[in-house]
Amino acid sequence: MFSNLDFTNLDLQKLVFGRLSLADIPYHEPILLVTFAVVAMGGVVVLGAITYFRFWGPLWRDWVTSVDHKKIGIMYIILALVMLLRGFADAIMMITQKAIAFGPSEGYLPPHHYDQIFTAHGVIMIFFVAMPFVTGLMNYVVPLQIGARDVSFPFLNNFSFWMTVAGAVITMISLFVGEFSRATWLGYPPLSGADMSPGVGVDYWIWGLQIAGIGTLLSGINLVATIVKMRAPGMTMMKLPVFVWTSLCTNVLIVAAFPILTAVLVLLSLDRYVGTHFFTNDLGGNPMMYFNLIWIWGHPEVYILILPAFGIFSEVTSTYCGKRLFGYASMVYATVVITILSYLVWLHHFFTMGSGANVNSFFGITTMIISIPTGAKIFNWLFTMYRGRIRFELPMLWTVGFMVTFVIGGMTGVLLAVPPADFVLHNSLFLVAHFHNVIIGGVLFGMFAGVNYWFPKAFGFKLDPFWGKMSFWCWLVGFYLVFMPLYVLGLMGVTRRTQHFDDPTLQPWFIAAACGAVLILCGILSLLVQIVVSIRNREALRDTTGDPWGGRTLEWSTSSPPPDYNFAFTPVVHDLDAWYDMKSRGYARPLNGFRPIHMPKNTGTGAIIGGLSVVFGFAMIWYIWWLAALSFAAIFIVSIVHTFNYNRDFYIPADTVVRAENERTAVLAGRV
Amino acid sequence: MSAETAHHGDEHGHHDGASHGSLSGYVTGFVLSVILTAIPFWLVMARPVESALWTGIIIMAFAAVQIVVHMVYFLHMNTKSEGGWTILALIFTVTLVVITLTGSLWVMHHLNSNMMPMSVHDMRHAP
Repeated sequence: MFSNLDFTNLDLQKLVFGRLSLADIPYHEPILLVTFAVVAMGGVVVLGAITYFRFWGPLWRDWVTSVDHKKIGIMYIILALVMLLRGFADAIMMITQKAIAFGPSEGYLPPHHYDQIFTAHGVIMIFFVAMPFVTGLMNYVVPLQIGARDVSFPFLNNFSFWMTVAGAVITMISLFVGEFSRATWLGYPPLSGADMSPGVGVDYWIWGLQIAGIGTLLSGINLVATIVKMRAPGMTMMKLPVFVWTSLCTNVLIVAAFPILTAVLVLLSLDRYVGTHFFTNDLGGNPMMYFNLIWIWGHPEVYILILPAFGIFSEVTSTYCGKRLFGYASMVYATVVITILSYLVWLHHFFTMGSGANVNSFFGITTMIISIPTGAKIFNWLFTMYRGRIRFELPMLWTVGFMVTFVIGGMTGVLLAVPPADFVLHNSLFLVAHFHNVIIGGVLFGMFAGVNYWFPKAFGFKLDPFWGKMSFWCWLVGFYLVFMPLYVLGLMGVTRRTQHFDDPTLQPWFIAAACGAVLILCGILSLLVQIVVSIRNREALRDTTGDPWGGRTLEWSTSSPPPDYNFAFTPVVHDLDAWYDMKSRGYARPLNGFRPIHMPKNTGTGAIIGGLSVVFGFAMIWYIWWLAALSFAAIFIVSIVHTFNYNRDFYIPADTVVRAENERTAVLAGRV
Repeated sequence: MSAETAHHGDEHGHHDGASHGSLSGYVTGFVLSVILTAIPFWLVMARPVESALWTGIIIMAFAAVQIVVHMVYFLHMNTKSEGGWTILALIFTVTLVVITLTGSLWVMHHLNSNMMPMSVHDMRHAP
């Protein structure tokens, strides 16, 4: 490791650039060259536009340094959407390769490149699409739903976001400098070890996840503290909106599970950087311990993603059916039971590892048990819809699409939970179809429902329904067209991560799946068009009431978009569905008596440490030790200096509050 | 941090409901942890217990008691602090740690007994 510090054999280039050299820039790969050209042109256009519209100042002052939970939430979702485009580009490349690489045709992606693509697809979709989506929505909505003005630790929130961005940036750099990991999204050793993967790919993966993981863990702590300590007076635990409950359980899971991921990655890094043998058979290590530990994190992670989606579906169902949610208490208990049980099922990811009948049947049964609370939730939503006045607005469409799709995914999941069946289906496309079925049909549909539901709250106008419906139907039909053939192929024994096939009878199924991927592409494009069209027609779609859907929870009691301070007066809660209760008791908005509001001040420290973390990660990946030491020292110094910054809060003056609230009064009066 | 939570509507900063330590509490905790540290050292240095396995187990037991002492005397945890949230978090954490450790040991033990020996040396000593 330190051989380059041996001064008898001084190699200046190695000392300065580590193992980075000009040969690591993949300019001989036409696909990457074109991608780079497109990204560079797009980047120039964006930077030019920011300069032209003189947006740099506002960008820094109002967004980058912002500690406002609403702006951080929006930035998380923008990150998720950008990374969704990258992750989907990987997906459509994989499926087209599979559709054409039969017999003599080798397709257009050589194995070396194909392996990087499926690894990047998995990593990006889970860590940089699903996680930022979930965290972003929780960030935006939770403080509003509990009647708070911000999260417990506003600076920590900004810092968490920029660490997540730093992880995403490191992952993206691997596209144009060096290569990404080829060792699958969970980096199983010995493939991910130093012997089998000597290049920088696995190191990009490790540092991208470690840096983003810090952000995830801290935002988990932040939201747990917020929900426990900052609820409006009167909002006891059993009066919490369901979304807040599921967010609480998700963040508890984050706090409990992510340290395990961090520890496993540290052990793997030690194996790779200093030659330990935790996960290699030499000298007593055991790769199976890696599988065991990473899935103790990995299974709770699945529930970290799906629980907030369940919360969104609960809010959406009760709002658009105009009814109180059926079985609120059972919904809460089901969520808590899932939280605990999610720690008891991890071995079902490696039934075939050879643990024997006792272990396999224990974990098979716990896996089947976890479907009971999940099934109870489905019935709760169905009974909420039963005899409800259902309005099929966009969020409700996504919810119904979810219910049908997720039940299919859940049933194939229970099928996979039977160890003998799993021995047949393990590592096959059946498994791939199953987890896409629950992640797309569950998490992603939930996020789209949430975005369509809360968009008017965040921006003051609704999203265009026509393009929203286009997006919904393309996604729904496209999903079935991609993954139903994959179920069939999996039952026929086709394994996952395959780059080339010999049996021509399989080809029609893959061509069907590729057509489905094109439909999903239309769904994604419709989503982008929907956003552009909605911005153009914003006056027609304007929400002046702050409560466009006839909502039931506190976020709808304030204006759309909410003022910086969220609520001029902290609401007092008397019942579940607090806003519905306030409306039905003839709540009158207070019009005077406003006081100055104490708020946290913006700070650039989070973005600066995020940027330094990118430098640190890059230096560690390329063995540029001097830069690693320098950037680490800089992170340390910036953190210490930040603790001496006592200028952290300010008061929004009473007359500013009065002006904002009077404006709202005028808008509300104009409507009547 | 008080600045960050103060917009909660509370100006004093002391609203956490946690019990605070007294001098006698800290002294008791300190003395107890010194004793609980000294005994394992003595166990290793003087070896009054022959079996290495039992020495290890006894040291682990002292470590567990040490954790409790720290939580009670230094972190001021009891069943009422923070409205019961601390004890709830503790129960949850202990449950998960127990699940993780026993589960891993169980799984890896099963693997160890079921897998083929790794080397000729292991093969000779296989049961």
